Amino acid sequence: MIALLTRDLRLAVRAGGGFGLGLAFFLIVVVLVPFGVGPESGLLSKIAPGVLWLGALLACLLSLDRILALDWEDGSLDLLATAPLPMEAIVSIKALAHWITTGLPLVLAAPVFGLLLNLPDAGYVPLVISLLIGTPALSVIGTFGAALTVGLKRGGLLLSLLVLPLYVPTLIFGAEMARRAIEGMEATTPLLMLAGITCGTIALLPFASAAVLRVNLR
Amino acid sequence: MELTVSDLSVARGGIAVLEGVSFTIASGEALVLRGPNGIGKTTLLRTVAGLQPPLSGAVGLERDAMAYAGHADGIKSVLSVRENLQFWADVFETGSIDAALDAFDLRGLENRAAGGLSAGQKRRLGLARMVVTGRPVWVLDEPTVSLDVASVAMFADAVRAHLAGGGLALLATHIDLGLAEARVLDVEPFKAVPPPLDDFDGAFL
Repeated sequence: MIALLTRDLRLAVRAGGGFGLGLAFFLIVVVLVPFGVGPESGLLSKIAPGVLWLGALLACLLSLDRILALDWEDGSLDLLATAPLPMEAIVSIKALAHWITTGLPLVLAAPVFGLLLNLPDAGYVPLVISLLIGTPALSVIGTFGAALTVGLKRGGLLLSLLVLPLYVPTLIFGAEMARRAIEGMEATTPLLMLAGITCGTIALLPFASAAVLRVNLR
Repeated sequence: MELTVSDLSVARGGIAVLEGVSFTIASGEALVLRGPNGIGKTTLLRTVAGLQPPLSGAVGLERDAMAYAGHADGIKSVLSVRENLQFWADVFETGSIDAALDAFDLRGLENRAAGGLSAGQKRRLGLARMVVTGRPVWVLDEPTVSLDVASVAMFADAVRAHLAGGGLALLATHIDLGLAEARVLDVEPFKAVPPPLDDFDGAFL
C-alpha cells in the first residue's frame, strides 16, 4: 500500500499537473473574483469564505479524472486488480494520494489567498480548519466519481456533473463554519457536521468505489 | 498445484462468447489457447484471472495464485524501468527485481525512463513483471506481440524457468511462442451459440 502511495505521489510530481495545476487554478479563481464583483473590500470580505471554498472545490474537481483514468488507460488498473491489494485499499490509497497532491496544498495556500480577498482576521483559523477537515471528503467522493466514469472516453464532464451535487453538504458546512466564526457566532455545530460528513464518506465510500470499479473492469 | 477449469462459460458485454470450456493444467505445464480474432480468448483469460465473473462453471484456483498480463503493459512512462518493476515487487511483496531484469535483458535500460523505450522493450518490461509477481500461475494474453526473434526466445526461456520451478502458464496467442512442448487448445469448438436478440430488458443490464 505504501508502494502504491509513493508511486502515485512520484507520478504526480514528475508528470506535473499534480501539486501545481490545482493550486494555480485556485489562485486564478481567487484573483478573478475581485475583478468580477468589484474592488469593494467590505463586500469581498463578506463573500471571501464562500469564494475560497468554491475555488478549492473547483480546483479539486479539475484533477479528479486523473485519479483512475490514467491507470485504466495504460492497463495498470487491471494489473492492480489482480495484485494482492484489496480493491478497497487501492481506491482509498488513490484518494489519499489525490488529497496529498491537491487538497493539502489548497489548505496550506488558503491563508495567502484569503489575503487577496480581504478575509477578516477572525476567519483565517476557522477557514483553514474547515478546509483541512472538509477536503478529504472531496477527494474520497471524487474517487467514487472517478470509479464510476473510469471506462468512459472523455468522461470528465460527466464526472463533474456526478460529483458536484455530492459536494454540496461539504460546501455548505465548510463555508458556514468560516462565515459563522467571522461573525463571532458559535461554529462548533457546522464543524461537527463537516467532520461527520468526512468521517462517513471515508468509512463508507471506498466500498462503493471498489464495487463500482470491479464492475467497470469487467 | 493444478489449475482446473470446468465447464466455464464466459461473456463479453453481456453476450456469451465461449461455453463449456474445460481443461486442466498441471504443475510444470503450459497451455496455449488458439482461435481466430474475437472468439473470446482474452475474455476467457480475464475470467480465469478473476477480473470478471464467469457466466457459469468454475475456475479451480483462487485469484491469489494468478498473475495476469494483458494487451497493455501497465507501464508508467515517467518512471524508470527499475522503478516500474520495483513498484510491482513491492506490491506483490517479493522484494528483489534482479532476476527479472536479467531474464529479460533489461540491465542496460534500468535507469531509462520507461516512456523512452521501444514497443518491444516495453513489452519485455511488462513481461518481466510476471517474474516479479512470484505467483505460480501465469495468465498471458498475446505475450509476444512486438517482440523480435531474440526476445521471443528470451520469453520462452523465462516461461520454461517458471515451469521448471513448479509454476504453470496459460497463454493466448496467434503466433509461435517458441514453446514446442506446450499443449495447444483450440477454443473455436467452444464458441457459444448466440441467443435470439429479443430480450429487450436484458440488453440494458
